[in-house]
Amino acid sequence: MMKPRIAIFDFGCCEGCQLQIVNLEEEILDLVGLVDVVSWREATTGHSDDYDIAIVEGSITREAEMERLKGIRQNAKILVALGACAHIGGVNCLKNFFEMDEVLKYVYGQDAKHFDTIPARPLSAVVPVDYAVPGCPIDRKEFVEVVKALLLGKKPPIPNYPVCVECRAKGNVCVFDKGMTCLGPVTRAGCGAICPTYGNKCEGCRGLVDDPNLDSHKEVLQEHGLTVEQILNSFRMFDGYMEVAK
Amino acid sequence: MKDGKINVHYVTRVEGHGNIVVDLKEGAVKELFWEIPEAPRFFEAMVRGRSYADAPHITSRICGICSIGHTIASLQGIEAALGVQPSEQTVLLRKLILHAETVQSHTLHVFYLAAPDFLGVNSVIPLATTHKEPLLKAIRLHRLANEWSDLLGGRTTHPINMVVNGWTRLPTPDELRALRQHITEAIPDLEAWVGIFKTLDIPDFERETEYLALQRDDEYAFYDGAIASTDGGTTPVPQYREKIHEFVVPYSTAKHTNAARESFMVGALARFNNNYQKLSPLARWAAEEMGLKPVCYNPFMNNVAQLVEVAHCLEDGVRIINELLAMGLKEEDRSIEIKGGTGPSTAPSTAPSTSLRAGLRTGVGATEVPRGLLIHEYTVDDSGTITGANFIIPTNMNHNNIERDLKALVPTVVDKSQEDITLALEMLVRAYDPCISCSTHLLNVEFV
Repeated sequence: MMKPRIAIFDFGCCEGCQLQIVNLEEEILDLVGLVDVVSWREATTGHSDDYDIAIVEGSITREAEMERLKGIRQNAKILVALGACAHIGGVNCLKNFFEMDEVLKYVYGQDAKHFDTIPARPLSAVVPVDYAVPGCPIDRKEFVEVVKALLLGKKPPIPNYPVCVECRAKGNVCVFDKGMTCLGPVTRAGCGAICPTYGNKCEGCRGLVDDPNLDSHKEVLQEHGLTVEQILNSFRMFDGYMEVAK
Repeated sequence: MKDGKINVHYVTRVEGHGNIVVDLKEGAVKELFWEIPEAPRFFEAMVRGRSYADAPHITSRICGICSIGHTIASLQGIEAALGVQPSEQTVLLRKLILHAETVQSHTLHVFYLAAPDFLGVNSVIPLATTHKEPLLKAIRLHRLANEWSDLLGGRTTHPINMVVNGWTRLPTPDELRALRQHITEAIPDLEAWVGIFKTLDIPDFERETEYLALQRDDEYAFYDGAIASTDGGTTPVPQYREKIHEFVVPYSTAKHTNAARESFMVGALARFNNNYQKLSPLARWAAEEMGLKPVCYNPFMNNVAQLVEVAHCLEDGVRIINELLAMGLKEEDRSIEIKGGTGPSTAPSTAPSTSLRAGLRTGVGATEVPRGLLIHEYTVDDSGTITGANFIIPTNMNHNNIERDLKALVPTVVDKSQEDITLALEMLVRAYDPCISCSTHLLNVEFV
C-alpha cells in the first residue's frame, strides 16, 4: 500500500504549531514512518505538489494568499486547519477592528503604500476545511491523535463540550469563584483546561463549542462586573473573526 | 558559474519565508536581494485598546520559537510604563525560563536545521539512520529544554504562568531539584556535540561588522542590561532609538537598521563577541574546543556561538536553581496600583512620547532572545489600556547585515557550480537562524 502523502504549509502566524510537531521528538520519527512528508519548508528541503493530506497553519491576511490556499485545496484530498489562526482566525483578527489603512500607516508610516493587507480570516472563510486541530498553540498529543485517525480513515476525535468539564475534572477552583472571568463555559475542551489549571483564565483559543450558549455566558460575565466592551474584548483575543463574520 | 541568475524561492529550514535573488555578470554580483515575502501581522497596531495585562499573552504570539522572550520583553515594557518593580524571585525565575528558551531554540537550530548542512543531508530525518547516537543526544537536549519551559511556563510555547509583577504558578522545590538533576545529566550530551562540531568544516568567511548585545557587569546578559557595541560604548535601553536607526534604502521599501556602521549583527555571536568574559567555565571550555574567540567576524560561527551559549545556559541554569532553592520560593502579592496623571515614567528622549498628554506613560523592555536583542515599548493610559506600541525584532536588525554578508560571500564561491553557490548562500542565511515570522517592521525588499 502506498503511504499517504502529507504536506505542511503556513500562512500568517507564529509557526508555533509547526513547532509543536517538531517538539514531538522521537514520536515524530514514528509518525514519519507511516507517511511520506513531501513538503515541509520549515523542517526539510524539497517540495512536491502531489499530496493527499494538506496540514495548513496560519490565517489568510493578503489577497494573493487566497489563490495559494485554493491551489492547496485543489491538490489535497483532505485539508486540516492547524491551530487557532487557521481554525478560527486567532490573534491576527485583532487588527480587523481597525481600518486596514490606519493599521498599515501605524506600523509602516509613509512606507505603508508598499504593503498590502486584508482583514485576517480563518481558512474556512476561503475554502472548505475538513478538520481542525484547535488551540494556540495546538496540543501535541491531540495532533498525533488527529493524524492517527486520518490514517485510519476515521473522523478525528475533537471534543464538543466546554473547557469547564475538564477544569472540574481536574478539581480546580472555578476561575469565577476566584474573582476573575473566564471563557471556559463556551470554549471547546481538549486542552485539559491548561490555563485555569495554572492560575489563569481561559482565553478561548480553541474556539467555541458547536452550540455555545453565548448570550447566557455574556450575562454571567456581566454579572461578574464586566462591561459590554470588556466582554467583547475578551472574546476578541482569539475569536474576533466570529464577531466580524456575523 | 560566472553569469546567470540564482533564485532561491523560500529558503528552507528557517522559521518563516525568505528568498535570495542573485544576478551574476562575469563573476561579479550585479544585483543581490534578500527578500522577505512573509505576511506582516501588525501586532503594534493590534495591542492598542487592550488591557496592559493582555500584552504579554498577545505578543507572545508574534513568534512560536521566541514566545518566552516576547513575553518577558512585554512584561518589562509594561512594568516600566506602570512603574512596577518585580521581586528578586520573579526576576530569577524569568532568567531561568529564558535559559530554557535559549537552549530549546539553539538546539533546534543547531541540531535539526543547520547540522544537516554540515553532515551533507537535506533534513534531520536521514540523520536517524546515519548519525543515530548524536541525534538521540540532540533530541534529549531539546526535550530537556521543552520540559524546562513546561515546568516554569506551564507549556513549551506561549507560556501561561508569567504575568505582570509575578507568576501565577511557582515550581515546587522538588520540581526544581528534578530539573537540576536533568540539566546536570544533559551536560555530557552537550560535551559530545562540542566534540562533533570540533571536527566539522565550518566555511571560512569573514566580514567585519558591528555587534550589538545587552551587557551587564555581573553576568552574561540575557534578561536585561544596557545595549553594548563591539565598536565601544553602551546605551541605556530607554534611549534605544539613539543607538539603533531605522532607514529606508533606495531600491526597497524595507526598513533597514544600522548603528555606528552601515549594518550590525545581533544574536549568539554578537553576545559572545561583547560578553565573552562573563561566560560560565563550561561555555568557555566549549568555545576553546571549537576554536571560537572574540571578536569573531565569521557569521557561520554563529552556529558555534549558539552551542557555546547552550553550555552556558545549562551551567547557569543550575546556579539559578541553587539560588532559588536557597532563597525558598514564596507566593507573592502580584497586585499593582496604576498611579494616575504623572506623565511618562521612562520616556525615551527621542520617542514620540515627548508629546504625551498627562496620564499616559511609556516603558521600554529589552531582553536577549535566541536570535538577539528584542525591544518592546508601550504607552499605557490611566485605566491601564495600551494606547501605543513599538517592537524591534532581532531578525529585522540582522536583515541588512545578512544582505551585506551575502554580497561579500558570492565572489568567494563564484567558481563553484550553481548548486554549490546556492547551498553556500542558504547556509549563510541559516547560520543567522532567521526568525521571519516575527513579522512586525519587516524589512521587505521589493524588486524593480
